[in-house]
Amino acid sequence: MSGEVPLWEVFIRPRNGLAHKHVGSLHATDEVMALQAARDVYTRRGEGNSIWVVASSAITASDPDQAGENFEPGEKIYRHPTFYEIPDEVGHM
Amino acid sequence: MYSQGLIGADGRSEETPEFLAAFQARVDAETKIEPNDDMPEGYRRTLVRQIGQHAHSEIVGMLPEGNWITRAPSLRRKAALLAKVQDEGGHGLYLYSAAETLGVTRKQMTEELLDGRAKYSSIFNYPTLSWADIGIIGWLVDGAAIMNQIPLCRCSYGPYARAMIRVCKEESFHQRQGYEIVMKLAQGTAEQKAMVQDALNRWWWPSIMMFGPHDADSQHSDQSMAWKIKRFTNDELRQKFIDATVPQAEYLDLTLPDPDLKWNEEKGGYDHGPIDWDEFWRVVKGFGPMAKDRVKARKKAWDDGEWVREAALAHAEKRKARAQAAPMAAE
Repeated sequence: MSGEVPLWEVFIRPRNGLAHKHVGSLHATDEVMALQAARDVYTRRGEGNSIWVVASSAITASDPDQAGENFEPGEKIYRHPTFYEIPDEVGHM
Repeated sequence: MYSQGLIGADGRSEETPEFLAAFQARVDAETKIEPNDDMPEGYRRTLVRQIGQHAHSEIVGMLPEGNWITRAPSLRRKAALLAKVQDEGGHGLYLYSAAETLGVTRKQMTEELLDGRAKYSSIFNYPTLSWADIGIIGWLVDGAAIMNQIPLCRCSYGPYARAMIRVCKEESFHQRQGYEIVMKLAQGTAEQKAMVQDALNRWWWPSIMMFGPHDADSQHSDQSMAWKIKRFTNDELRQKFIDATVPQAEYLDLTLPDPDLKWNEEKGGYDHGPIDWDEFWRVVKGFGPMAKDRVKARKKAWDDGEWVREAALAHAEKRKARAQAAPMAAE
């Protein structure tokens, strides 16, 4: 380590029933301090009731240059319900 | 913020006319630019400079107000001021994090602040002489900052825009607590009213200088507007601020120290007197009354904290080594 304090990503659950959501990042030497700092910096106004911290170096991100190949729906419109014709007589489906 | 693989990474792009045109088209279509995306070197450099300056301003901005926490006149005022200064620290963090996604490290930015290469808002190089200054800072300095920051919530660079949304949500508390302090003093004894008028006289011009040079003299403005880093020009924002503030001063029967300030029916806004740009540039270049003290205070905090950073890193290393050794011992 070159004296650079590691970076952590912070996730907060606003309330039970919702997923943890990425809110930002911070520097801390270990997970204990990261959690304390996240509590101090990201929950000053009742933003949530649970925090996750994850070392930024543990995240693998997809390449934005491949966003097209990865995410554009292409011809797969048959995954969407509007692709199919269902007669009105059948009722709600 | 997802800076993985970016710190120290080679962020250079091949800047062909086609690449620049495609980038501009994305910006024009209001598609946010995200950290790993290709971007022109100038865009990256402008953002690193601007977000860095902004972060430094939040951190240095803690000093003139922190100075008054122990002398706040009541427990309520003290608690609120403490919370405000803590917010500024948080804002600095959000912004440093946003800048880090562009490939600069926190340590680099800190070093640039301490050795004078990086700038921060020159407003913080003025001294806070009385309690009334704390009210005026909240009202005018935070008010001007909000005026600047609201359009930044729509900045084309995603991490900066997201950081600014958080900052803006928190800032309105700052301005309100300031205005309330000013109001109490303005409606108090003759002595209190004189104290707040004196503070207003000293802070008004520096506050309207916060929007930066006139549009004609602003070197970074045009390109930043085209890239949608900025949404309004310096003069447009200054005008909005003055128009919002004049009635707030009138309500308190306080006088803004500009004899040329008057309503202009035709443009639907106030005209103001000439700004002393010599003073502005003097302060920007580091000759403000408090410039040396501010950087000295930051340097002291950094130096005094060095053993803590070292110890915390050593502790983390030791724990990691123990955790790795423990399964082996059990075998």
